[in-house]
Amino acid sequence: MSLDLPLIWAVIIATAVLLYVLLDGFDLGVGILFPFARGPADRDVMMDTIAPVWDGNETWLVLGGGGLFAAFPLAYSAIMPALYIPVILMLLALILRGVAFEFRLRGRRRGKAFWTAAFAGGSLAAAIAQGFILGGFIQGITLDGVAFGGQPFDWLTPYTLLVSVGLVAGYALLGATWLILKTKDELHGDARRWAWIAGGATAALLTAVSLATLFVHPEVASRWGYTDGGFDLGRLIPHLPIPALGFIGLAILVIGLRRHSHAWPIIGAYAVFLSGYIGLAAGFFPNIVPYDMTFRQAASQDNALGLMLVGVGILLPVILGYTIWVYWLFRGKVTPDAGYH
Amino acid sequence: MDLEALMLSRLQFAFTIAFHIIFPSFTIGLASYLAVLEGLWLTTRNEAFKTLYLFWVKIFAISFGMGVVSGVVMSYQLGANWSAFSAMASPVIGPLLAFEVLTAFFLEASFLGIMLFGWKKVGPGLHFTATVLVAVGTLISAFWIISANSWMQYPTGFERTPEGGLIAVDWMEVIFSPTFPARLTHMVLAAYLTTALVVGAASAWRLLKRPEEPEARIGLRMAVGMFAIVAPLQLLVGDISGKEVLRFQPAKLAAIEAFWETKAEQAFHIIAWPDREAEKNHWELSVPKVGSWITAGSSSAEIKGLKAFAPEDRPPVAVVFWAFRAMVGLGILMIALGAWGAWLCWRGEPEKSRLFLRACVAMGPAGFVAVICGWIVAEVGRQPWVITGVMRTAEGVSPVGAGQVSASLLGFFIVYAVIFSVGVLYILRLIAEGPVAGSDEPPPMTQRAPGSALAAAPEDPGNPGLGERR
Repeated sequence: MSLDLPLIWAVIIATAVLLYVLLDGFDLGVGILFPFARGPADRDVMMDTIAPVWDGNETWLVLGGGGLFAAFPLAYSAIMPALYIPVILMLLALILRGVAFEFRLRGRRRGKAFWTAAFAGGSLAAAIAQGFILGGFIQGITLDGVAFGGQPFDWLTPYTLLVSVGLVAGYALLGATWLILKTKDELHGDARRWAWIAGGATAALLTAVSLATLFVHPEVASRWGYTDGGFDLGRLIPHLPIPALGFIGLAILVIGLRRHSHAWPIIGAYAVFLSGYIGLAAGFFPNIVPYDMTFRQAASQDNALGLMLVGVGILLPVILGYTIWVYWLFRGKVTPDAGYH
Repeated sequence: MDLEALMLSRLQFAFTIAFHIIFPSFTIGLASYLAVLEGLWLTTRNEAFKTLYLFWVKIFAISFGMGVVSGVVMSYQLGANWSAFSAMASPVIGPLLAFEVLTAFFLEASFLGIMLFGWKKVGPGLHFTATVLVAVGTLISAFWIISANSWMQYPTGFERTPEGGLIAVDWMEVIFSPTFPARLTHMVLAAYLTTALVVGAASAWRLLKRPEEPEARIGLRMAVGMFAIVAPLQLLVGDISGKEVLRFQPAKLAAIEAFWETKAEQAFHIIAWPDREAEKNHWELSVPKVGSWITAGSSSAEIKGLKAFAPEDRPPVAVVFWAFRAMVGLGILMIALGAWGAWLCWRGEPEKSRLFLRACVAMGPAGFVAVICGWIVAEVGRQPWVITGVMRTAEGVSPVGAGQVSASLLGFFIVYAVIFSVGVLYILRLIAEGPVAGSDEPPPMTQRAPGSALAAAPEDPGNPGLGERR
């Protein structure tokens, strides 16, 4: 029996990146919403909802990067130099917000204020940088052979700016719906209001990004059946479940918010993200470096992929198991534990 | 090739990796120390161990956080700045780094949450398990990263493909390349020593102010025990590692010892001023014949000098030579500190010697300096190669311009300077306040310790707070 190792690894990396977006998305979103909290006590609670899990969430980013390095080295070594500036910006932002979890507890007055700002600013900057990375990726990377052959600021265009703003809104939505799930009283009410606003912005921006993508890249557009100003229904219809999932997610979000549900809003928000993610993947699969390198061309040696698949086969279920267990352990509402700060 | 971008990329990598290694070399040791403290507390029920645990776990949280965020940088910088190296090396060492993420990072990150925030959520046995798993995770991480680095020092188990790439032919030879076991042992012992020196310094600092503090007395004795056993052991392992450098990386060995000529009965240069251009040492303070004896075990052994290698294959000499001497010098001071402390303990009370306590405080940062010097020897000594004999460092760099790299380097300088100074400030502040003040911090309702009868009791379901350690 022979396995299609590159395909399996493409699915694994795509799953790792998706899990990263869904998990770190809500804790970056909590940081983005930090400035809108009523006061320090609410911010403490907001941070406490994510403190036990953010580190594990960010590890999916390391798996995404490390996995790309290990499984698709040519893609890794073409994409990272192409997106050098936003990647470095993301790393610096993640550093500032990551240390803020501990530093904010240790700081006195000015120190605490500084690390509160660093957490909010770092979360926002990381989201913006990831938006540019995503946008730069979708609009395509110029290759010279197998290496990056474009210009340092290729990633900075009106299109990527739109994607970036959209991702910030999306993360804010995830953060708000997470807080609906994890908090109560006044903060819970604020989170619901944030979810309405971020949800509206996300819906509008996701639609705008989707339409813009059709115009920015004809190759993506033709996948969706859009050529020369008209739609080819034979191509469009098989893709329709993807936007349908987005609309269902949006409906779940809206109904959940209206009925004061605690859990449904985040499920709806996740469905919206999933639809956007699959929609993107459908746009450029099987390219791993849009639009000139397929995942097969970028794949590492089969024996390396095979060895790692054995490791992943054993370890990933274990990792998912204890990750779910940790979330289960820290389930329930987080409240200000009088006086512990 | 853009030479300026190459130099800047090297500088950035050196800076970010040197910054990063500070934290793992402390947290590898500290995680094990915390596991020991919690284990001792669960078995002896001596409250001082709990106080010490609650104190050091706060410092662990700060250091571990800084290690995590500076580590994420490494997994992306490899591609951002060293894309040609990544493409070349990945089919062989890619799986090693992927296994590091899968076997270590997730384990550490997930169970750290329980270790820091789970006092009330799990029973004492499970909490102890979480601490042990975090400690094991740090060691697994060291295993894979040293494995990958050792392969770059002396690659085995691979072949070149017709297209000019690399392919692994024997994974065991890739993972267990010849220099790996000694280098892993050397690094783990270094991490344990680094932690022991910090614990010793913090305890000594408290004892200088409050000679009777029981936690500080325990901490000092545990640290002295580590110095006395681990420091001499480290010299032994270092020597084994050095003999492997002679065998597998003779150019590095020649740079470490500033040997220029190939001959038997090499002199040992205690200090020297090596000059690459002139291909000689301008002045040196030497002991005849001892150089051959130290490096090869016999004064009649012929040892290769740097002139045996083409000029473009020689590593920088002065940096490697001096970094090695700084590392060994500090190691000898650690052995002396251990012997002194052991003698004082045998006599009865090490706390009574204020001179010894001051020496412990002064040696607090010695482990970090020694670790960084050791890594300078390892990495600069491997130059001009990034993978010895396979790929030169200059060939590994990304097609990224000097302008971008200088901007990112500046960004790293500023952000790291801020988080380093603040992190050190907060850690020193905690140390100055001492373990007792630290363990007072948890509020009354959350003071149930792990292992106390109440710890396993169900909590108030409406109030699952997370702030037990604050």
